[in-house]
This record gives sequence, C-alpha cells and structure tokens, in this order.
Amino acid sequence: MSAVAENEAIKGGEFLIKETSASDIFIPEEFNEEQQMIAETCSDFLKTEVHPILDEIDKAKTPELMSSLMDKAGELGLLGTAVPEEYEGFGMNFNTSMLVAEVLGAGYSFSVAQSAHTGIGTLPILYYGNENQKQKYLPKLASGEWKAAYCLTEPDSGSDANSGKTKAELTADGKHYKINGQKMWITNGGFADLFIVFAKIEDDKNLTAFIVEKSYGGITMNEPEHKMGIKGSDTRQIFFNDCMVPVENMLSDREKGFKIAVNILNIGRIKLGIAAVGGAKGVLTQAVNYANERKQFGISIGRFGAIKHKLGEMASKIWVCEAAGYRAGQNIDDLIEKLKAEGKSDAEAKLKALEQFAIECAIMKVHGSEVLDFVVDEGVQVYGGMGYSADAPMDRAYRDSRINRIFEGTNEINRLLIVDMLLKRAMKGEMDLMGPAGAVAKEIMSIPSFGDDHEGMFAAEKNVLKNLKKAVLMVAGAAVQKFMMKLSHEQEILMNSADMLIEIYAVESAILRVEKLIGIKGEEAVSLEKDMMMIYLHNAVAKCNMVGREAIQAFAEGDELRVMLMGLKRFTKIEPFNTKDARRRVADAMLAESKYIF
Amino acid sequence: MNILVCISSVPDTTAKITFKDDNTTFNKDGVTHIIGPYDDYALARAIELKEELGGTVTVLNVGTAETEPQIRKALAIGADEAIRVDAEPTDSFFVAEQIAAVAKENSYDLIMMGRETTDYNSGVVHGIVGQLLGMPSLSPVMELNIDGNTAKISREIEGGKEKLEATLPLILGCQEPIAEWKIASMRGIMTARKKPLNVRPAVGEGLTSVSSYSLPPEKGDCKMIPAEEAEKLIDLLQNEAKVL
Repeated sequence: MSAVAENEAIKGGEFLIKETSASDIFIPEEFNEEQQMIAETCSDFLKTEVHPILDEIDKAKTPELMSSLMDKAGELGLLGTAVPEEYEGFGMNFNTSMLVAEVLGAGYSFSVAQSAHTGIGTLPILYYGNENQKQKYLPKLASGEWKAAYCLTEPDSGSDANSGKTKAELTADGKHYKINGQKMWITNGGFADLFIVFAKIEDDKNLTAFIVEKSYGGITMNEPEHKMGIKGSDTRQIFFNDCMVPVENMLSDREKGFKIAVNILNIGRIKLGIAAVGGAKGVLTQAVNYANERKQFGISIGRFGAIKHKLGEMASKIWVCEAAGYRAGQNIDDLIEKLKAEGKSDAEAKLKALEQFAIECAIMKVHGSEVLDFVVDEGVQVYGGMGYSADAPMDRAYRDSRINRIFEGTNEINRLLIVDMLLKRAMKGEMDLMGPAGAVAKEIMSIPSFGDDHEGMFAAEKNVLKNLKKAVLMVAGAAVQKFMMKLSHEQEILMNSADMLIEIYAVESAILRVEKLIGIKGEEAVSLEKDMMMIYLHNAVAKCNMVGREAIQAFAEGDELRVMLMGLKRFTKIEPFNTKDARRRVADAMLAESKYIF
Repeated sequence: MNILVCISSVPDTTAKITFKDDNTTFNKDGVTHIIGPYDDYALARAIELKEELGGTVTVLNVGTAETEPQIRKALAIGADEAIRVDAEPTDSFFVAEQIAAVAKENSYDLIMMGRETTDYNSGVVHGIVGQLLGMPSLSPVMELNIDGNTAKISREIEGGKEKLEATLPLILGCQEPIAEWKIASMRGIMTARKKPLNVRPAVGEGLTSVSSYSLPPEKGDCKMIPAEEAEKLIDLLQNEAKVL
C-alpha cells in the first residue's frame, strides 16, 4: 500500500488500497462561521416550525400542512442551497448542502419532504436539464414556489428500476409524449407541482426521463399511503392517464433515464446517510436527557453502567459516521472544483465527481441508516416502558427511522453495489485491486511479520486498519478467483465483503478525524473523541472478523480454509483496550450536559 | 426611523456554567454563545418597523472580537450595519456609557434592547442609558407601534398591563411577544458579510471587578416522610436541615 503522492487526489474507492493523511480530510469542526450560521438557521427552523407540531404533521389528512412548511422553508432559502445563483439558488458547495441535510435530518417527515424536493425532485433538472428547462423550473423549485416529486418506482418495479412499465408514446403531430402508467411510493405526491417521471418510449430497453407539470392533466392519485413511519410525508400512488407532455420536456436524451435515475439516487444516498446522523444526534440527546431524569432504585438510570454502555455506543457510532460523511463530501467538493477548473460545466463536474465517489455514497447510505436504526432502537430501550409509549418521542423516532434502510436503494442493493463498483473499477484497470490482493495472498502463506510499518500518532490503530484492508482484500480477492463471473450469484459473500469495506471506511475516517482534531485542539481536549474512535475500532475489528470468517467458510475448504482463517486471525488482531471505561467516559460527559455534545 | 438595537452575546441557555482562574472568570471553553434572547426580540421588532416605515437598523455590541459571530448573525437577521465597542462588558454602567456615547454621535429615534441579558440579568442598562441621554426609558415593552412621532406601547406592570404613549426618541427594554422571533435566511446570511461592522474603542473604564463566582449549592436529595409520621418533619427541619 502506498501513500497518496502529494497533489494526487484520492479517487473513489481507493481508500482500500491507498492511505489518506489526516491533513487531507475535512472534518466538521472546520465548518466556518457562515456554514455554522446556516446550520443554526436549519435547527431554528425545526425548533420553531416543525418540532412543536410533529403530531399534527403525522396526523395530516391533507397535504396542505406539509406544503405550507415547505413554503416557509423556501422563504428562508432552505430549498435552494444546491441550486446555482444564476438559477436563483445559493450555489453552496456540496459539504454545505450536506450540513443542511444533516441538521434538517432531525425533522422527521418534514426532512423526507425537504430532501425529496431538493434532491431527487430538483437535481435531475439541475444536472440533466437543458438551459431552457433550467431557466424555467429551477428558480421556482429553489424558492419553493413549486414543489417536486420523483416518479420512478412502480408496483412491479422497485430495486429493478429499469423494468418499469410506464409508457411514453409520441403523438401523431410529434408535439407531445403521451404518458400512461402507474407509479408508487411517490413522496410529496399530493402537493407536487412538478414530477420527474421515468417511462419507456415505445419498446425501448431503457427508461427516458420527463419533466411533467401537474397542470398538463391526466394525473390522478390515490389517498396517501398508510405507512409504518414518516406518516406526515405525503406518499401516493400516482396514475398517468394520457398525460400530454410537450416533447421539449424530455430530460436529457431518449433512453438516458436509467442513468439519470441511478446517478440522482447516488447523490441522495450520501445525503440520506448524513441526514440520518442528524436524526440520530437528536434521538441521543433525548435519550441522555431521559437517562438523567428517570430515577429507579433511587438514582438516575444514567448512573447505571448498562445505560452508559448504550449511550457511549450510540455516540461513538454517530460521531464516526459523521466523520465518514464529511470526508466523502469534501472529496466530492474537491473533485468538482478540479473538474470545473479543467473546463467542465457546473452540472458535468458535479455529476462526474459524484459518480467517482459512488462507492463512498453507497457506504454512507448503508452506514448512516443502520447507525440511526441502532440509535433509535437503543433510544427506545433507554426510555424503557416509556419508549414503547406512543406519547413519548421514541415511538416516532423508531418508526420513522426504518424506511431509511429501504428507500433510495435498499441497503442490500447498496451493499452489492459497493463491491460491484469496486470490482468493475478493478476490471477496467482504473484501480489496482489485484496487485494488493495478490500480495496479501502471498503474505498469508509466509511467516507473519512482526514489524509494524506505521509510526507516529495512532501508529498501532493505523496498523490495525491496514490489516483490516488486507483482510477484505484476502476475502474478496479469493472469492473473485473462486467464482469469477459467477460471483454475482454469491450475494452473501458480497454482503460480507461490503460490511468489511463499510467498517474500514468508517473507522479510517474516525482515526483521521481524531488525528486532525488533535492538531487543532491538542490531545487533552479530544480525549473523548479518541475514546469514541477506539470503541468503534474495536467493534469494527470484531465485525470484520465475524463476517470475514463467515465468507471464508462459505467458499474455502481444506488447507485453503485453514490458511485463510489463520490469515484473518492475523489481520484482525488488536491490542486490548478497556472499551467499558471509554463508553462510561463518553456517557458521563454527555450526561453532565444532558445532550449529545460532540 | 433610525433604530439602534443593543445586543449582548450570552452563553447558550443550556450551557454548562463553570469558572476558572480561581473562580474569578467565567470559563468560555466549549460554550456556545448566542444573541441575548430578549435582545433578539428587540431586534426582530426593529427590523419589522424598518420594513414598515423605512430607515436603518444599527446593531451595537459591547464586546471583544469573540462576539462578532453574534453581531454578524444580527446582520444576517436583517440589521443594516453594526458597531462593536471593543471592550469586555464589565458592568451595567460601563455598557450603558458605551451605548450613550454612540447614541450621542448619531441621531436615533429608538434605542432598543432586551429587558435584561440572560447571563448577569441586571436589567438596568436601558434605565442608565435613559439617564445618561436624558430620555425616557421604558421596560418591559411587549408591544410597540409607531404613529408619526409617537410610540404606542404596552408593557407588563405589577399585577397587570399598562398601555402608554410616548414621544420619540425613546429607550426601550423589550421582551416577547413584541415580535415574532426571526430566523436568519440564507440570503441574509450571504449578505451579512458585505454589511459594515465598525469597531471603535471604549470610553471610560469599568468601575467594578469580580472577586469570585460560585454556583448555587446542589439540590440535596428529597426525603419522603409518610403522612402518618408527619411529626418527624419538625425533627428533621430542626436537627438535620437546621432551618427551624
């Protein structure tokens, strides 16, 4: 493994084979005053407009309430952060729009409506629209005058998005496409003025995307869906019956729809991950508060080790996921700037950059949604009986969290994508995976080396990390050799490999964040952050060992099995560390201030 | 209508308060500062009045450079320009002196601020400014409308409400519901950095210094006495709590 040469920016997925230095990553502690003010605006908006009426939002029988909240968010400019200034948005960089997504992520159903509008609703036009389409629609969407929805999923076409049956037929006069079909799970469906609709023209193999105004007619919808959570999010089945769409409203080219859908979902994924972090911080603050207030056996339950364990664990996962999100966000920002400097348009640069870091985006989607699910689950547990009461806040948090593992590509699909994209890049020669994987295969046949090649700050932890990378290279490398083209049938092994990659990316981000923070604040001031990183590192090693073992046992036999299991043991070795005390320290610091403090 | 809004920079209301330097200094480490919540309401009403009647809103803060994020936030919320008097706001008289000095150099129709700050809560700065400038000072103002040269005010008094009218210029200590609390918009945030923020030196000097701070004693555990043993209460109050 080689260190990234100076000035040579790391590419998407290369974290597996290259090392990043702490000075190269962005950490959220570096947000400037203006960005912090934007974050305050978002949280002030939730505090004043959304949180006081959460029950009302969830009970909403009509779409007006959510629509009016979107109007208010629009007035504050919260719907136009990512839209360039020439289209009356605010042209913020990617990480700033990530920050907005994170803070608004604590907005329950509102967060879903806002992210659907600004993400999958607006971005297809921003990235793929022609100049006329951008001029016509983006200012209205950035201000919130119009609200947008994204119509991809159909009753029989979910994860297999390209199999949609909705048809677009050119009219005899050649002026319109007549759209017919049925779409499902359409967020903001009840109040959207504009729909991004995916349909197949005639017998095309691939989808084509259209910008459809509600005023075109031929659009009907069912009542809002009854859902487990995000009940205030207006989700509909929508029917297109001879909906006449002017030909100039085709987005990009014929049959480019699937590509648009995939790329747009990709952006949504990393934002979903960071929004989950925002939601999780809110839940943890509530849990910490409750742990202070609730007394059993004469003392606050927060004084019990069992509860401290939960609080420390929750904080560690949140903090680490946040580190990964803004690290990837900055990589995307840097590449956007580089591509623009090379002459690419704003839209082209953004698309290319996001495509380049699609692996990290998928990692964030899975990690963020699963961290949030862990946090809400433990949140319910900290609340005990009250956690199960629909009158206490954990009920909504628990139900609302669950969808995140499903929409914007299920976590299963995303896990498969993480490995698939990595292997494709290797096959195309964009990334040398086979070299490092071959070296690891050789290494496990030789006598273990006891020399650790990392020196300096967190040398031991970085050596552990380097070994985890070797572990996944060993597992995935051997699986590729074994199954070759049939590897796609071995989804369980791919998922095991994805789990290892996710843990590696997350824990590497955490180590680098602590290292950079120490440079800024000094070691003493970040001891708790170091604790959270260490807790996570030990969890990550255990997880990699477990899933790695599962994968190896699934395909190796005899000597190969034994050698690989020994290799795995070697690569998942870690010095003892008292994680119990570390969790207690983290929990005590939060309990002292009655909130998530990092 | 030219309005001077005086804002303080105070610890977030949920901040954990600790002291350092042998308990003589408030420990600002890790503490988020915000615009004084009552000042925020004064600012919100001032901006509404400006939108209604025209004119300018100037924010004034007495503080070191550390308070500039709160000043820029006030500019993002809608103030037109800002003045920072570069000094620690050591006591109420000192702060009032600074406000009066700025006010004497300019002509303001209204000088508005919160009824009190939420850190030291003296609640007397507006009164002292009134004295120094020879103008009426009213607090806590909960409703404010301007009709020509007259301010129509509603304020809370002991046991009730008072409606009154006063001729401008005036000094007002404000509180909710004088206006709807304002959130800085994205546009406001982006224009804030282009608005003038003038720094000037202080006049006079602080007359007080802090010998030490201490927190109130922690609440003791609550002892429950069964109703049938009520006589034990007297014993505990006399011999354990020693308050009788």
